[in-house]
Amino acid sequence: MGETIAILTIFVLAVFVGFEVITKVPPILHTPLMSGSNAISGITIIGAILSAGTQYSTLTTVLGTAAVVFATINVVGGYLVTNRMLDMFKRKE
Amino acid sequence: MSPDLVRFAYLVAASLFVFGLKGLSHPRTAVRGNRLSALGMFIAIVVTLIDQQIVRFEFIVAGIVLGGAIGAIWALKVPMTAMPQFVGLCNGFGGGASVLVAGAAYVEAALRSADTISMQFGIATMASGLIGGVTFWGSLIAFGKLQGIVSEKAVRFTGDHVLKGLFLLAGLAAGVLGILQPENTQYFWIMVGIASVLGILLVVPIGGADMPVVIALLNSYSGMAAAATGFVLSNNVLIISGSLVGASGFILTSIMCKAMNRSLANVMFAGVGGDSGGDDGGPADDLYEGKVKSTTAEEVAMVLDSARRVVFVPGYGMAVAQAQHAVRDLANQLEAEGVEVEFAIHPVAGRMPGHMNVLLAEADVPYDRLKEMDEANTGFEQTDVTIVIGANDVVNPLARDAADTPLTGMPILNVDKSRTVVVIKRSLSPGFAGIPNPLFAADNCLLLFADGKEAVQQLTAAVNEI
Repeated sequence: MGETIAILTIFVLAVFVGFEVITKVPPILHTPLMSGSNAISGITIIGAILSAGTQYSTLTTVLGTAAVVFATINVVGGYLVTNRMLDMFKRKE
Repeated sequence: MSPDLVRFAYLVAASLFVFGLKGLSHPRTAVRGNRLSALGMFIAIVVTLIDQQIVRFEFIVAGIVLGGAIGAIWALKVPMTAMPQFVGLCNGFGGGASVLVAGAAYVEAALRSADTISMQFGIATMASGLIGGVTFWGSLIAFGKLQGIVSEKAVRFTGDHVLKGLFLLAGLAAGVLGILQPENTQYFWIMVGIASVLGILLVVPIGGADMPVVIALLNSYSGMAAAATGFVLSNNVLIISGSLVGASGFILTSIMCKAMNRSLANVMFAGVGGDSGGDDGGPADDLYEGKVKSTTAEEVAMVLDSARRVVFVPGYGMAVAQAQHAVRDLANQLEAEGVEVEFAIHPVAGRMPGHMNVLLAEADVPYDRLKEMDEANTGFEQTDVTIVIGANDVVNPLARDAADTPLTGMPILNVDKSRTVVVIKRSLSPGFAGIPNPLFAADNCLLLFADGKEAVQQLTAAVNEI
């Protein structure tokens, strides 16, 4: 139970941090915010890597490998597209 | 690497994600922020790869190479107009990955010893399966709607709410059974199956113009699914990242709902934008009869010639017509003649939060010309010409002035306060809300009936000639 409370604490505090930080993002950057946060949600890749690599059973390896593919698309696609978009936002020179 | 060192590296990664998001508070710092965030991800992946539990790398490498190639090609090729689809599908992949990871961890735990599966593990696994399943399939439908594969209309049928309710209850029941009997892993997969159907049922009845809300909500779900998977694995970096994304999607969802003066429940369940809307021929004809002034590019160029301040109001129609570059040319031409030019952007213009800003940035419009609604609304009274291109409901004065319309109470851009309004539109067809727009019949409004891109190009040419 102690561990559950500890990670619940982290969860709740992270939600607060999220609200604080993200309310400061201006509307003109809302699309990059979505693609950038998509890339961040690709963090499940680390769980996927462990499932795919520990070779516990065929099923877990298959599930893990599929998850690695999905999560990598999110990570690579998300960061690249966000970078591409943000590069376009320029001031008048 | 010792487990403590791995956890420390994850903490660094999570902090970099927070700094990355903080960078997004200004376009000047945003690029650096995104790179910091990517660096965090890189650190997290590398320390995971050198974890001793991993016995074979070929599947991981294959997955990363395949996913990386798909992601990279897609990200570099996707046109900016298709960004809503891109983000929509990415939400789905995030949700899908979370389900698969939670499922794999669950199968492994059940095979090891089902008796030791904790309550936290069980609940988190089921939550991840439920949310992730809804996210994956809901996102695929949202993608289909944006791409034109699935009907953009709000597709409703009798008893659909009851059906959704039943599926939700069935999904929860399967989840509870799975928590109580963790040795029976089939309950998890049954629940994922039910969640998948639920995801489809939830998004199919939502109309195209409500997609900004849906995409933002699914964004939030994909974060929550990742956080739930973090509880499955007792992994802090997953929990922190998932919560950040969940909060981000939630904030965007509520901003979008507020900008339409509708509740989330109304967007999700009312089926706005179905077949019933849009056939309001009668009252529209009375309203427009003899009052709509059709104009030509030359005439508008004449009006623009004496203007000192011009505001553009883009909508989804600009994206459809791919007119953003043409609009930029016209704006540059006007600026070169000493006209003050601004772009007024309604929060729900387009098909996702921030859609118009990205399109205009792509066309090299400097970001300090892009004004959000509240700021833009302070300027219309001093504006000589406002050019509305491909927007309708977000400039409909009924939202402000009338009591009982589907738009009443929605904040709008008060373009009718400017001296002259030019609306570029193909026809007088109503917007998503399905009601006529009295702006088109107003004394100070001129209608330029044409395709958005062609009309703006003709305008630029006409302005050039004067």
